[in-house]
Amino acid sequence: MTVMEQRGAYRPTPPPAWQPRTDPAPLLPDAVPYRVLGTEAAAQADPGLLRRLYAQLVSGRRYNAQATALTKQGRLAVYPSTTGQEACEVAAALVLQEQDWLFPSYRDTLAAVARGLDPVQALTLLRGDWHTGYDPREHRIAPLSTPLATQLPHAVGLAHAARLKGDDVVALAMVGDGGTSEGDFHEALNFAAVWQAPVVFLVQNNGFAISVPLAKQTAAPSLAHKAVGYGMPGRLVDGNDAVAVHEVLSEAVRHAREGGGPTLVEAITYRIEAHTNADDATRYRGDSEVEAWRAHDPIALLEHELTERGLIDEAGIQAARDAAEAMAAELRAHMNQDPVLDPMDLFADVYAEPTPQLREQRDQLAAELAAEREGTHS
Amino acid sequence: MTTVALKPATMAQALTRALRDAMTADPTVHVMGEDVGTLGGVFRVTDGLAKEFGEDRCTDTPLAEAGILGTAVGMAMYGLRPVVEMQFDAFAYPAFEQLISHVSRMRNRTRGAMPLPITVRVPYGGGIGGVEHHSDSSEAYYMATPGLHVVTPATVADAYGLLRASIASDDPVVFLEPKRLYWSKDTWNPDEPSPVEPIGRAVVRRPGSSATLITYGPSLPVCLEAAEAARTEGWDLEVVDLRSLVPFDDETVCASVRRTGRALVVHESGGYGGPGGEIAARVTERCFHHLEAPVLRVAGFDIPYPPPMLERHHLPGVDRILDAVGRLQWEAEN
Ligand SMILES: Cc1ncc(C[n+]2csc(CCOP(=O)(O)OP(=O)(O)O)c2C)c(N)n1
Ligand SMILES: [Mg+2]
Repeated sequence: MTVMEQRGAYRPTPPPAWQPRTDPAPLLPDAVPYRVLGTEAAAQADPGLLRRLYAQLVSGRRYNAQATALTKQGRLAVYPSTTGQEACEVAAALVLQEQDWLFPSYRDTLAAVARGLDPVQALTLLRGDWHTGYDPREHRIAPLSTPLATQLPHAVGLAHAARLKGDDVVALAMVGDGGTSEGDFHEALNFAAVWQAPVVFLVQNNGFAISVPLAKQTAAPSLAHKAVGYGMPGRLVDGNDAVAVHEVLSEAVRHAREGGGPTLVEAITYRIEAHTNADDATRYRGDSEVEAWRAHDPIALLEHELTERGLIDEAGIQAARDAAEAMAAELRAHMNQDPVLDPMDLFADVYAEPTPQLREQRDQLAAELAAEREGTHS
Repeated sequence: MTTVALKPATMAQALTRALRDAMTADPTVHVMGEDVGTLGGVFRVTDGLAKEFGEDRCTDTPLAEAGILGTAVGMAMYGLRPVVEMQFDAFAYPAFEQLISHVSRMRNRTRGAMPLPITVRVPYGGGIGGVEHHSDSSEAYYMATPGLHVVTPATVADAYGLLRASIASDDPVVFLEPKRLYWSKDTWNPDEPSPVEPIGRAVVRRPGSSATLITYGPSLPVCLEAAEAARTEGWDLEVVDLRSLVPFDDETVCASVRRTGRALVVHESGGYGGPGGEIAARVTERCFHHLEAPVLRVAGFDIPYPPPMLERHHLPGVDRILDAVGRLQWEAEN
């Protein structure tokens, strides 16, 4: 029967009642990035935590400087610095428990080091003697991810699997502002929310993806707002305020651990150095912007709070610097030694067992190297 | 007639010039990709284009390769001629969905009604000390996808001529730029750039009579060096630069092999399932009765691209090429 034939009998009715599937209001980020240092809340911050964060920030800054120096000496192939971003790197590591997992991006070697990884192992990728310099399962640190945002679905899958097994594991995944444009970022957030996986996404918005400023990357009110579309809370935090980042991430981790599902945290920070040592930042940004951010330095902010409250004195500051210096000296000493290389490693671990074809190629290289040693090749 | 002083130019500069000339000649040509605007690209190939043509013609896109190529498809559907930059070989992979499911087959799906004149520029290959995911030789994936032209220059002049031809092509072209040759120099007159080269013609770079080295892109200079070194062993090697993997110039390649009677394919890409297998098969099918020895291949090992400190053991070098030449059954001649 057509509508025409129905005429008289057919009564248009409104569609069945519709309402949002979740109330968006509690998911919305704060209007301004959350801060602790420099506000009244700072007085409540635990002195032990402040001192711990401080020591790590000072050490992290020194680590960045040392790694950058190593590129100049040709000891590292490349180094993407987190100078100015130490608060995020350090807090991301400190909020996790032993059994939790960290999913770093290529820039986040410092987070791995702050979690306890040997800096030499963390820098293997960037030195260039191998790709991942550590056993991810041993440290519960996924391989540093160069293909941007691709590690995010991994974090969701791992956290989901742990939950299916009944294990108490949270995954914290790190990504840059540029990385949020990749499809994998969006797919990861969606899966995490649908599965209510115990994951925390930390976006370090450092203003740039190489040369591209955030304005060309997104038209969203903030990156944290993206959470709402997937049905998870979005949190906005001052990424240079180590105490604030620590608090927001801790809450997100606790929420995930208690079965509350994922959170997206956007930390507002700034990439003080060029993209890497190979980049020339003067081509796309002015000094004044950098200077404005230098004035909002994560270490200075925290040091100010510690001194104001009388929680640290000159000797305490010096002790933190000495410890950082010792770390740097040790790193230097290790990195100044040429790594032991075995060309035969090329064929190791491509498969559990090398294929017959790979064995052939391995023999070929072995013969070449033998000939080289005997000087039959010029 | 005034003589123009030939100045050395890099391959990167020739590519820039090709983009600039194409944009000047055709207002529908649009360059897009990550960091291609203000920065001029991480290899500076798009240097100055945003300034000269405006950001609508040379656009810094959001960081999303599938999005870059997907929107390029839409732009091409509406009559533009996008030239897309993928920042590195391995970062083109997120765009494979668009490339394989749409770009390569739109002409076919629409019975020729809607070809997509898109050029996808991909810096490829190793030898630059890059950390993982920065040195892949991904040409075999593209070659295996019907509907895509696959072009790769090995000289400064070809970088210009082949990129112009690729942009002018009404079919999609994956334009593979050998990273380690970006800074290679040649005398080249930027005021009188080399002609636009037709896609699909190989060229003999070095004539010789003993055997043919068939190569392309980053391996061409290595083969030329090997050919020089081979003279001391009494071999006079011919070197053929393919320039285009799809379409393939059977004629030039086979003419050379019929002359020399021996052939060796050289590339960085892994041997197994790599371009060399196709090339060796084609040569064997067509030149069997002229061959004095099986067609051999010198390729990268069949491994994930190694870390910088080990890459020299992976890449085909002069010694490995000469070893293979030595295995081309010369005994039979005496
Ligand atoms: C899939 C992919 N595309 C492109 C790149 C090349 N690339 C490396 S870092 C980078 C910018 C990243 O910016 P952002 O996500 O903001 O991180 P940041 O560098 O600021 O830490 C780009 C484009 C890559 N590594 N992976
Ligand atoms: Mg960034």
